[in-house]
Amino acid sequence: MSSAKPDASPPARRLPLHWLGIVPFAAFVTLFLILPTMKIVVGAFQTPDGSFTLDNIRGLFTPSILAAYWISIKISIASALLGCLIGFAMASAIVFGGLPKGIRGPLLTFSGVASNFAGVPLAFAFLATLGPVGILTVFLRSNFGFDLRMLGFNLLSFWGLTITYLFFQIPLMILIITPALDGLKREWREAAEILGATGPQYWRMVAFPILLPSLLGTLALLFANAFGAVATAIALTGSSLSIVPILLFAQIRGDVLGNPHLGYALAFGMIVVTGIANAIYIWLRARSERWLK
Amino acid sequence: MKKIWAWGALLFSLLYFTLPLIGMTNFSLKMRRGEYSFDAYGKVFTDPRFQETFTYSVMQALFTIVFGVLLVVPTAYWVRLKLPRLRPVIEFITLLPLVIPAIVIVFGYIRLYNTSSWLPLTGTVTGTNILLMFGYATLALPYMYRAVDTGLRTIDVATLTEAAQSLGAGWATILAKIILPNVLVAVLSGAFLTFAIVIGEFTMAALLNRPAFGPYMQLLGANRAYEPAALAVIAFGITWGCLGLIQLVSRFQKSAPPKA
Repeated sequence: MSSAKPDASPPARRLPLHWLGIVPFAAFVTLFLILPTMKIVVGAFQTPDGSFTLDNIRGLFTPSILAAYWISIKISIASALLGCLIGFAMASAIVFGGLPKGIRGPLLTFSGVASNFAGVPLAFAFLATLGPVGILTVFLRSNFGFDLRMLGFNLLSFWGLTITYLFFQIPLMILIITPALDGLKREWREAAEILGATGPQYWRMVAFPILLPSLLGTLALLFANAFGAVATAIALTGSSLSIVPILLFAQIRGDVLGNPHLGYALAFGMIVVTGIANAIYIWLRARSERWLK
Repeated sequence: MKKIWAWGALLFSLLYFTLPLIGMTNFSLKMRRGEYSFDAYGKVFTDPRFQETFTYSVMQALFTIVFGVLLVVPTAYWVRLKLPRLRPVIEFITLLPLVIPAIVIVFGYIRLYNTSSWLPLTGTVTGTNILLMFGYATLALPYMYRAVDTGLRTIDVATLTEAAQSLGAGWATILAKIILPNVLVAVLSGAFLTFAIVIGEFTMAALLNRPAFGPYMQLLGANRAYEPAALAVIAFGITWGCLGLIQLVSRFQKSAPPKA
């Protein structure tokens, strides 16, 4: 490199300086995305004085932390599965269901809004609806003598959180899967019918296998989406429900675990879980795009 | 038969999605016993803490948008023009904030930029504000980058650049007078989405101890009954407004024929 004489090379082959254009971006991303994450990942494998250890990771396998991960994963799976199912039903209703054309646009717009309506206000909306004095709770109790509390329903619980998360999970599913359903070509259906396939057969043997990668991929995305949701959970439950994001929040605020590096390990565990879910999503999306062009 | 389940699905979703909205609206109007009133809204709007935190979040959102545009537009443009081979890499990096939970990122900030570190941003109020703004820019990066990159796809970047250069324009002129106006609709979409994200964000602001709107809502929710519902209605209105504006500006884009 250093031996090359500037005037010996043709003028078109100047020093490659193109990369300079992305230096600001690279610097920003390194400082405020990569390095902070690396700090957590490395910290998860360090003792307070900086030497390598696996104790922090081992520390995650205590009953209380495992239980937090388990309930987090359960809520994420439940809200992702139900979100996928209901979102799929709605998307196919607007794509194939023969509903008036005018419904599609507003529904997709609403989905855009609702999928962004997460966090603290969403929790308030559900407290006002299904909370102890919420509109639905009161309505059922005074009109039908149906006491949700007596039936064991509590908004600050596994099901309560799942129902609340569905408010942004279902719309996200609709937004992602509608284009995929639009991509199912009419010719495939006609070809299947000519070959004598019934409606269910077409769905089971043609449409479903084609959609499967995007379905599973969206499932993974919804899972990660629920798993990382902090604000909704905190505003809804305070700290009464011990899920991983709430535990980590309390740990960052006041070191409730009594070991800063266990906090790193807790965060590292979150990255691993959402990372796996997203890797599945990216991999499956690449596979589904082969068909949907 | 088919229509029945389609209508059924629609009806179910209508119930599920409108009930919480009705619930919060209804609750927000019931502060005065036995009648509907806007008392809760009045309480919220006259609360100095509301005004402070809301202004703070709006300012943060505006700074984040300006910073995000200055960071993303030149980068996306440059990558399309000169470094197309890097595009998948950059795209992957910009999607990372969707993978790494915000709480983990801000945890990293607190450890990396505390008072005893090489860049003690959390040591001063201004420093923390800047750090929070960078955090918001990181959260908005996936949306901003995708919007701008999609916008750039519809214009012929190379030809426009050459034409501008042959007329004697420098890089700054090309970006400000050629590229930015051409992707303005995309930039605005990204900006409105950024606004919607920043205005209600809770985790980062709470953990960095900044007086933002998100933590204020949470605090009020823990202590009051009717005001939180009013805040939820306001927040929903803001989200709705931002997304509505995106729809509005993207109508303009449709009039221009897209190019491969």
